[in-house]
Formats: sequence, C-alpha cells, structure tokens
Amino acid sequence: MADGLTMTRRNMAHLVRTPEEVALYFLLPIMFVLVFGYVFGSGMALPDGGDYREFLLPGVFAMTMLYGLGATGSAVAVDAGRGVIDRFRSMPVARSALLTGRSTADLLRALLETSVLLVCGLLVGWEWHRGVGRALAAVALVLALRVAITWIGIYLGLVVRDPDTVGMIVFPLAFPLTAVSNVFTAPELMPDWLGTVAEWNPLSATVTAIRELFGNPGLGGGGWASDNALLLAIGWPVLLTAIFAPLSVRTYQKQGD
Amino acid sequence: MAEHAIVTEGLRKRYRDTYALDGVDLAVRTGTVHGLLGPNGAGKTTAVRALATLLRYDAGRAEIRGFDVARQPEEVRERIGLTGQYAAVDEQLSGRQNLVMFGRLHKLGRAAAKRRADELLERFRLTEAAGKNAGAYSGGMRRRLDLAASLVRSPEVLFLDEPTTGLDPRSRNDVWDTIRSLVKGGTTVLLTTQYLEEADQLADRISVIDAGRVVAEGTADELKATIGADRVEVVVRDAADLFGVAALISRVCGVEPETDQDTRRVSALVADRVTALTEVVRALHAAGVVVEDIGTRRPTLDEAFLRLTGRRTAEKSVSATGVAR
Repeated sequence: MADGLTMTRRNMAHLVRTPEEVALYFLLPIMFVLVFGYVFGSGMALPDGGDYREFLLPGVFAMTMLYGLGATGSAVAVDAGRGVIDRFRSMPVARSALLTGRSTADLLRALLETSVLLVCGLLVGWEWHRGVGRALAAVALVLALRVAITWIGIYLGLVVRDPDTVGMIVFPLAFPLTAVSNVFTAPELMPDWLGTVAEWNPLSATVTAIRELFGNPGLGGGGWASDNALLLAIGWPVLLTAIFAPLSVRTYQKQGD
Repeated sequence: MAEHAIVTEGLRKRYRDTYALDGVDLAVRTGTVHGLLGPNGAGKTTAVRALATLLRYDAGRAEIRGFDVARQPEEVRERIGLTGQYAAVDEQLSGRQNLVMFGRLHKLGRAAAKRRADELLERFRLTEAAGKNAGAYSGGMRRRLDLAASLVRSPEVLFLDEPTTGLDPRSRNDVWDTIRSLVKGGTTVLLTTQYLEEADQLADRISVIDAGRVVAEGTADELKATIGADRVEVVVRDAADLFGVAALISRVCGVEPETDQDTRRVSALVADRVTALTEVVRALHAAGVVVEDIGTRRPTLDEAFLRLTGRRTAEKSVSATGVAR
C-alpha cells in the first residue's frame, strides 16, 4: 500500500517536472474538440437533428482516454527497457506496487484531462442536461474506461519494452477503434456489418452510455449493444481489466527471466 | 557471522537449448570483492540476475547471507543492492527525488529518506546537480547516482554488473574508490567485468566464467600465473631482420620468442617487463637494428581465454549472443 503510494507520487512528480509534456497532453483533446467540432461539425448532420458538438463531446472524452494508452505504455516501457523495473524487483518492494502506482497515477491524470475537457466543452457550447448526479456518473464511466486502457497500456509496455515502438504501435491500434465507433458518426450511417462492429466497440458502449447520462443527442439505432450501453460501459472495462491486470502482473514478475 | 556471504552450487539456467548457466559454483567470503570475469554472453549477467532474485534458475542452490534465493527471496532482497549495466534511475526525476523515492521504498520515513539522500548526494559529489533531472546527467554522474541508489539501505551484499562499462577513466576511478570504501565498511561485493584490469584492481578472488561455467578460480596473481606473464614486442622495419632480432631477444630475455612473418613482429613472455624492455632496447641499439615499434603488453582477456578454454572469445560471443540478456 505504502509502496503503491510512493510509486503514485513518483508518477505524479513526472507531471510536475515535465510541464511541456503535460501541455501537449492537454492540447490533443482540445484540438479534437476544436477541429472536429468546427471543421466536421459544420457539414455533419445527425439522424435525429441534434447539434454536432453536443454529439461529439462525449466521443472525445472516450477517445482521450483511449489515446492515454500511449502515455501509459511508453512510461512502462521506459522503466522496463532501462532496468528500472529490475531495480524495483530486486528491492523489498511489494510486487504490485509499480503497476498499481502507475494505474493510480494515470487515473489521477485522466481526472485532470476530463476536467480540462469539461471546461473546454462548456466553452464550445456543450452542456449536460440531466443534472450533476448523472454527469458525475458519466465521468465515472469515462474513468472506468481509462482504468481498463491503463492495464492494456501497462501490458503493452512490459511486453514491448521500448517506448518508441510503443508509440508506433498505439496509433494503428487506437485509430481504427475510434474510427469504427460512434465517436464521430452514428453507426447506423455505416454499412450494416461495420455498424454492428462499431456498436459493439467498447469505446461506443461508453460513449452511448455517457451521451445518455449527459442528455446529449445521438442515441443509438436500437441494436442490443446500444440499448444496453450502460451495462456494456461497465462490463467492457471490468472484463478488460480482469484480463489485462493479472496478465500484466504475471509479465512483470517474469521480466527478463 | 557466516564465513561466506554468497554461495552457489551447480547453478543452472537454460534458455531453449543453450545453458546460460551450466553448473556455476561460487563461494564468496563475507567482506570481500569477488570478480566474475568473462566475455559477453559468458553468463555473468545471468548469474547476477539469478542471485538478485530477478530470474528463476532451473537447478542448483544459491544462498545470500544464509537465505535461499529461490525460497526466501524477500529476505534476500532486504540484504542486497544491485547496480546493473544500465543506469536504472528515473530520468524524469531529479537525482535527489530518485534517492528519496528509493529510500521510501526501503521503508525509510520521509525525513530519514531525505537525510539519507543528502548524505549520498554529498558522498557521490552530486549535491550541486541534486535538483536537476537525472536524464540531464552525464554518463558518469548517472552511474554514480545509480550506485548511490543501490546503497540507500547499506546492503550487506552488493551486485555490480559491469559498473564501469562506458565510463571515462576519471569516473571509472571514482567508482573503483567507492567500491573499495564500501568493502572497508564490511560490504560483500560480487562484481562482473570484461576487463582483466578491473578485476585485478578490485577483486580479492576472481572466477573466470565462460559458456556458463567457471573455468578458473583464484586470486589475480594465481590467475595471471595460469594466463601467462607480460610480453615484450618488437616490430622490425625489414623482415630480413626478423630472425636476428628473435635470436637477440632470446639471448637477452632468456626465453624463446614467437615470431610472425606477416606483421614482422617478435614477442616474448617476460617476468619483469620494464627491465626486459630496457635491455632489449639497449641490445637492439648496440646491434644497429632499425625497429618500427617496440613496447610491452599485458595479457589481454582474449589471451586469457585462449589459454583457459582453448578458444577465442570472439567465437564465444557469436555463439552465445542469444543468451546475453
């Protein structure tokens, strides 16, 4: 527990010591909101006639969480590649400390990002319409998604062990996940089979669920996945975490064996 | 207090069909420096990683301060420090933050961790750079910080895996001094190195390791006796002089020299290289032979291996590359 806290503090210290990286970090989601909101938003019509920026914001929340994969993965890969993990493992430190410290720090970081995005969203005319309680529940779902993605990122970093390679892998991994989802457009506008894939995408589950909780437009076209989005928005992160957290811990313990 | 701080018997580790460790026996007396000398891929790093609880060995027994490495890894971890080939520090934190973090992980209280960090920074001449990101440190500074990090809790047994590889001579001497003062304080050190000189400078005893086995063990002097003495070498300008010079060296040094036609080189093993060199120079001058080059040479690790294993190190490192990690 104490070791985990020390590790969390370590990762938060990184944020403070590398302000330029942090600035870049926040720049990306803000850019997403501005570029997609105004460039695409002007020419994009929603099936139910809602405002595109209202539609887009929940998608950007989820997408920002997904792109956190790169930050988590590279940070872990740096530790793995440089032997920092070896040092931790040769010390009387709780075996889980490094990984739980990482995921806690990333969760705090995600909370910061989400706050920045909320403010940014409010500035471009997005709003929540169903009360603070539901809005907070939506934020909780976004963070749940980030937890699952953190564990995937940790696993990726431990396996790849090289931050540059992680950086190269993340985009081809994350881009189709955001494109074939309901982040930018409604799945019912896609070809049938693609729309089904998009609906079952874990990202879409979170996005549909939080659109509902925020009271934003763009509710799904009535497939099982979109009707049960709330269930899936909890189920997917739980499932992914249940797979990747133990996998990461095992890989961590066997580093360099 | 037990006589031996590190004991291994028949330590084995296999990767696919290669043995990285093929029955390593070590016994390191408490409070001494033991050198593991060998080329890349010989199994030095694997041995250290096995002893530092980082990887599981397949067979054999290993004890650190009487604790079984496989069965009591926690007890072992509380007593060891490790400095690997890479400077394993957090480059995004300052030197001071690094040491405080490692102190906290070693269960020191916040104030104690800070105090210890300052002590170590002072001792490793890093006080001035204490607030700078470790990533901005020079190679030597980073290595010193790395060493400091492994000393946060004054380990009883310290593993140093090629601690001076890639360092300039001054930083290397710093590291050597540190190791010497640690041993004075009672720490037991297991040091891996590719450099005969380093083992010679620091180690009380040396195990020469090749293809996962200890091929020779002894003090530096004992090993040198096996490996062979220093050489005097002369390169003549005119190949016609080769045999004349060989005869001259044979007379002056009292040993039969080796000659190499292609490089026009005559070399002889000598007991006292400075005296031998002086006498050879004098004799050459008197004989009026023009030489291209003359000098003394200490035996290289290559020669040591050739003598101990009958093989060149180059071959070894090729066949064992896959095991190097």
